[in-house]
Amino acid sequence: MQHGKYRFIVGFLAAPLGLYALFVVWPFIQSIYYSFTDWTGLSPEFKMVGFDNYTRMFHDDIFWKSLQHSLLFALVLPLVTLGLALFFAFMINVGGRRRRGGPVISGVRGSSFYKIVYFFPQVLSIAIVSLLFAFAYNPDSGAINSLLRGIGLDTVQPLWLGDPSLALWCVMAVLVWSTVGFFVVLFSAGMASIPAELYEAALLDGASRATTFFRVTLPLLWDTVQSGWVYMGILALGAESFAVVQIMTTGPGGPDYSTTVMVLYVYQKAFRDGQAAYATTIGVALLVVTLAFAAIVMRLGRRERLEY
Amino acid sequence: MKTTETPLPAESGAPVVKIDVPATRPAARKKEGGVLNVFSHGMLILWAVMVVMPLLWAVMTSFKDDSSIFGSPWSLPDKLHFDNWARAWTDANMGDYFLNTVLVVGGSLIGTLVLGSMAAYVLARFDFPGNRFIYYLFVGGMSFPIMLALVPLFYVVNNMGLLNTIHGLILVYIAYSLPFTVFFLTAFFRTLPTSVAEAAFVDGASHTRTFFQIMLPMAKPGLISVGIFNFLGQWNQYMLPTVLNTDPDKRVLTQGLVQLAVSQGYKGDWSGLFAGLVMAMLPVLGAYIVFQRQVVAGLTAGALK
Repeated sequence: MQHGKYRFIVGFLAAPLGLYALFVVWPFIQSIYYSFTDWTGLSPEFKMVGFDNYTRMFHDDIFWKSLQHSLLFALVLPLVTLGLALFFAFMINVGGRRRRGGPVISGVRGSSFYKIVYFFPQVLSIAIVSLLFAFAYNPDSGAINSLLRGIGLDTVQPLWLGDPSLALWCVMAVLVWSTVGFFVVLFSAGMASIPAELYEAALLDGASRATTFFRVTLPLLWDTVQSGWVYMGILALGAESFAVVQIMTTGPGGPDYSTTVMVLYVYQKAFRDGQAAYATTIGVALLVVTLAFAAIVMRLGRRERLEY
Repeated sequence: MKTTETPLPAESGAPVVKIDVPATRPAARKKEGGVLNVFSHGMLILWAVMVVMPLLWAVMTSFKDDSSIFGSPWSLPDKLHFDNWARAWTDANMGDYFLNTVLVVGGSLIGTLVLGSMAAYVLARFDFPGNRFIYYLFVGGMSFPIMLALVPLFYVVNNMGLLNTIHGLILVYIAYSLPFTVFFLTAFFRTLPTSVAEAAFVDGASHTRTFFQIMLPMAKPGLISVGIFNFLGQWNQYMLPTVLNTDPDKRVLTQGLVQLAVSQGYKGDWSGLFAGLVMAMLPVLGAYIVFQRQVVAGLTAGALK
């Protein structure tokens, strides 16, 4: 298959690679370069300033806050989301066993119904979800507080997004709500490929449900859990957290910077405050955090690959 | 290959001992942890309620008038205020936003699939210097924070005169969809048999013709999966248009809704806003319920690499 091979390769790669280089690779390289300048983004003039932006960043309290919040997102969100998803997926696929005469392992009744419903939030735009929950959280007329009033808890009327100590958790809850279903379905697919004999063997040995989960299901599902962990962490550091915080919180990022995350801070510095160079500096920090996160998860999670 | 056989997870699960089941009703399930059973079923039901409630609440609210939205958020509408929906469609420009979104997503979806499959095919099937480098260049884009590139990208797009244009947005959507598309389709093209393409080639078909007439039709299942993935991602995209598309006339659906919510602060047409939200929500949910199996397969395929 040599005839005209290189002409074909070049012809087919030129358009996709060109587009990708122009709109993705080139801006990435540029932004690292800009982080060493004093570019405002408003005028084309700028000069090199060395590490000034980085020094400034290390003395910027809001940056540290945003870093703290982003790290919290990257740690707590995967833990809660994947934990819930594993629990639900195990219940749906393996939980309904011990039915005399039936298959050794089976899902609970209505398992396909659960899978369909849990997946709903995944197909909705995070922007729509955020708007919806912004209303639900409204302290006066929102759905949550009026539900609390309805069941007699008139004294428990939190300000939710208006309370600096609660706002960040409210935002995280929305992200959990919208991503759990995806992982339930993902893990269900993984669990379905685990051979039933393994469960039978565990069952014959008298394993309880919890033992079955920790000794059979989880080890065999580990690869999927790990890539899910990285995937969720990247979401929590990047686009998803931007949309949720930017749409839901006052400010956005408030009250009192209690919900500012790094990706939002980059956006605000570049497109609101006209400090494009400083914004790219924070962006570089975000890049470092993201890559470090992925590397740590891959390293910590490394174990012998189980073949089955 | 794993990615292509995920569509029917649970059903294909345990066919091992199913033969000897003489319909004994599951009456005799119990003992080990009845409490645990109640607890876990309770949790499953609770989560289902928590997922559905906000959505039903939004649908219900979109039929109410403003005073009852604020006065009693959980009461049923006194009558179905369809005028909310009409107002949202015309006055709040939801119709325009829909049209913009359809144009942008339509263009970029086709572009992504064509360009993505071309690049993936070459990378999967041809040995040439730099093949691995280009592949990792594409795949690396999946884990980088897009926001970092958006700051200079804004000015790149602006200098090319593409800012606030539909075709500019389409090109950017394609570029940012390529990493996953190339990653997924490269793996897919590798699984396809080489003999058919070779036969076509021996018969005198050119490389280009072999690709479009033989390989592309064979790759259809992969294209559908990655197409659904990209469709939802692009339809629901919020960050890219927020940065690159600031012209009110060119807004896409997600942007339009957020702007609408912001401007309600002084306009006060909350019922119209809810109608708009539900209007944007229902087509996607409906399509999901109809094509449930394909959507789930398309969205989970990538993560199960």
